[in-house]
Amino acid sequence: MDALIHQVLAGLATGGIYASVALALVMIYQATHLVNFAQGELAMFCTYLAWTLINAGFGYWPAFLLTVGLAFVLGVVIERVVIRPVENSPVLAVVVVFIGLLVILNSIAVWIYTGTIKTFPSPFPTEPLFGNKFMSSHEIGAIVVTLIMLLLLYAFFRFTPLGLAMRAAAQNPASAKLVGIRVGWMLALGWGLAAAIGAVAGMMVAPIVFLEPNMMGGILLYAFAAALVGGVDSPGGAVFGGFLVGVLENVLGAFVIGNELKLAVALVLIIGVLVVKPSGFFGKVHITRV
Amino acid sequence: MKLSLLPVATLLAAALAAPSALAQKKYDPGASDKEIKIGNINPYSGPASAYGTIGKVIGAYFKKINDEGGINGRKINFISVDDGYSPPKTVEMARKLVEQDEVLVLFQPLGTPPNSAIHKYMNAKKVPQLFVATGATKWNDPMNFPWTMGWQPNYQTEGMIYAQHILKTRPNAKIGILYQNDDYGKDYVKGFKDGLGAKASMIVKEVSYEVADPTVDSQIVQLQSAGADTLFNVTTPKFAAQAIRKAYDIGWNPLHYLNQVSASVGSVLTPAGLDKSVGLISTQYFKDPTDKAWANDAAMKEWTAFMKKYYPEGNLTDAFNVYGYMVSQTLVQVLKQAGDNLTRENVMKQAASLKNFELPMFLPGIRINTSATDFAPIEQEQLIRFDGKEWVRFGEILGK
Repeated sequence: MDALIHQVLAGLATGGIYASVALALVMIYQATHLVNFAQGELAMFCTYLAWTLINAGFGYWPAFLLTVGLAFVLGVVIERVVIRPVENSPVLAVVVVFIGLLVILNSIAVWIYTGTIKTFPSPFPTEPLFGNKFMSSHEIGAIVVTLIMLLLLYAFFRFTPLGLAMRAAAQNPASAKLVGIRVGWMLALGWGLAAAIGAVAGMMVAPIVFLEPNMMGGILLYAFAAALVGGVDSPGGAVFGGFLVGVLENVLGAFVIGNELKLAVALVLIIGVLVVKPSGFFGKVHITRV
Repeated sequence: MKLSLLPVATLLAAALAAPSALAQKKYDPGASDKEIKIGNINPYSGPASAYGTIGKVIGAYFKKINDEGGINGRKINFISVDDGYSPPKTVEMARKLVEQDEVLVLFQPLGTPPNSAIHKYMNAKKVPQLFVATGATKWNDPMNFPWTMGWQPNYQTEGMIYAQHILKTRPNAKIGILYQNDDYGKDYVKGFKDGLGAKASMIVKEVSYEVADPTVDSQIVQLQSAGADTLFNVTTPKFAAQAIRKAYDIGWNPLHYLNQVSASVGSVLTPAGLDKSVGLISTQYFKDPTDKAWANDAAMKEWTAFMKKYYPEGNLTDAFNVYGYMVSQTLVQVLKQAGDNLTRENVMKQAASLKNFELPMFLPGIRINTSATDFAPIEQEQLIRFDGKEWVRFGEILGK
């Protein structure tokens, strides 16, 4: 029993990682209706920026805020320069661009920072909270940060005019344009926000998995599963999905199928959800009238 | 019995080889009265480029040998090329070196995947793939691959050494194993189990992880839950650091054996936390340039002088630079022994007849021994324990 509780809690800790990256995936999907394969590498790259700033003498929080700002700008620039030209191309062309971005960002990181793992500082205390033996303070802190991001996102889309405009631009670009929304800029804004969320996710993930150019590779796959399980257009669903995938993976890996098949859990989930309930647990079912 | 026969065999081999060597000079492609062509493949670019320094230090050492007159009067022509640690590129480079440059031997190609890619090719071409820079055990297979030989202690040897230590000091240990689910991880586990022999039942739990896994947290929890009090940790740097930290976070304090692959203070223990790494046990077989115990050692001084003169841009704290220096010295010894009979066959034969060969930079007591049936040159190591600041050697030389 003790072992089970331990696995579940460790699962929640890794689930928090998946949730934060899934949130960034959902963000970009909401803004552009595309799944960004380069999301993980973008987050990794921004984390390196933060690491550079901290090493240059910035405090943690100034570096944190500056990185979020830089990530936002980077996201907007990428949309304007790289994505814009292929905006009206077939989906596959855009996917190829995403994969290109993934490889480029990864290579640049290896080139500048080498593949040696680096320590990324945590803003949370090093000793476990309340002397518990299950989760480190950082893991708990990262989960809280993810939940705060979720709340902010919810409030942004629900209560601000800009959020409403972004939703409109993504769901019905033609009508949105007719009511005076600058759809192109809304897309760029969506990219910026997604990159900023990714940066926060990266900075929360790095102290756990250590900073290196491939740190997001495995995580992105689990985050896809999380986003799909929750519903790829639902931020709350993505976070729920993240925790679910983290716990399922650990419990199944430890007690049922063995560690060798852990990754398969994520893949089975992806396929299962797409076949049985493509909108996920919390996603909206879209019906198009013909 | 086996031991007492060895000197006789050596004598016999020497007696048979000597007259022919005296009688006439024999050459294969790549060797002549003036020079010996040696090929090398190293990852100067790509993900493993940190190893590139090995190729550079080898080149520097051969320059020193040439400045001192070469080997038996022949200069070394060292041709080192880049494969970026990409096996298809390695194949291309090996073909270039063998067929275009016509080197006598391919020396120290680096990495298990690159070497695996050219393993059959080199043996089909009958060109020595000598002293490969990888710890896999499969290079010690003279029956099927008589043209390939490793150099450093292989993973099975190291696994066996930890098993020896556990049997000696903790006969009632409950052992948990964490390993990477591939050839490298399984190699270590096999050596470890062979070392335990009949006592393999001491292993209470074995768990694996995939390189794509984000963390090994769940695995560490599983090992703790299984009641293990001794951990054999076969992981690459990132996962090693995660495992050390997670064990600490959940308050689990097993006797922790860490494979040498991840025994770097800078890139593993520091990220994991030096205070969390106290008490880790690993192995070593040569003098670490950062170990102050060797500051006044004659061999260390000689190495430092060599580095300053021939490879001034090289890092004096990087153990790879010692590694490249030692492996070059081994090849020079082999070529010296080969005398004027510079055929590929004789080079392999000499490489397989190194007896109690000691290098100055080895830890005292460690020796190279090879034979026609033993293509694993270094099979001894000493244990080291981390004291919170640096690795400290303890106990006697282990291995065989």
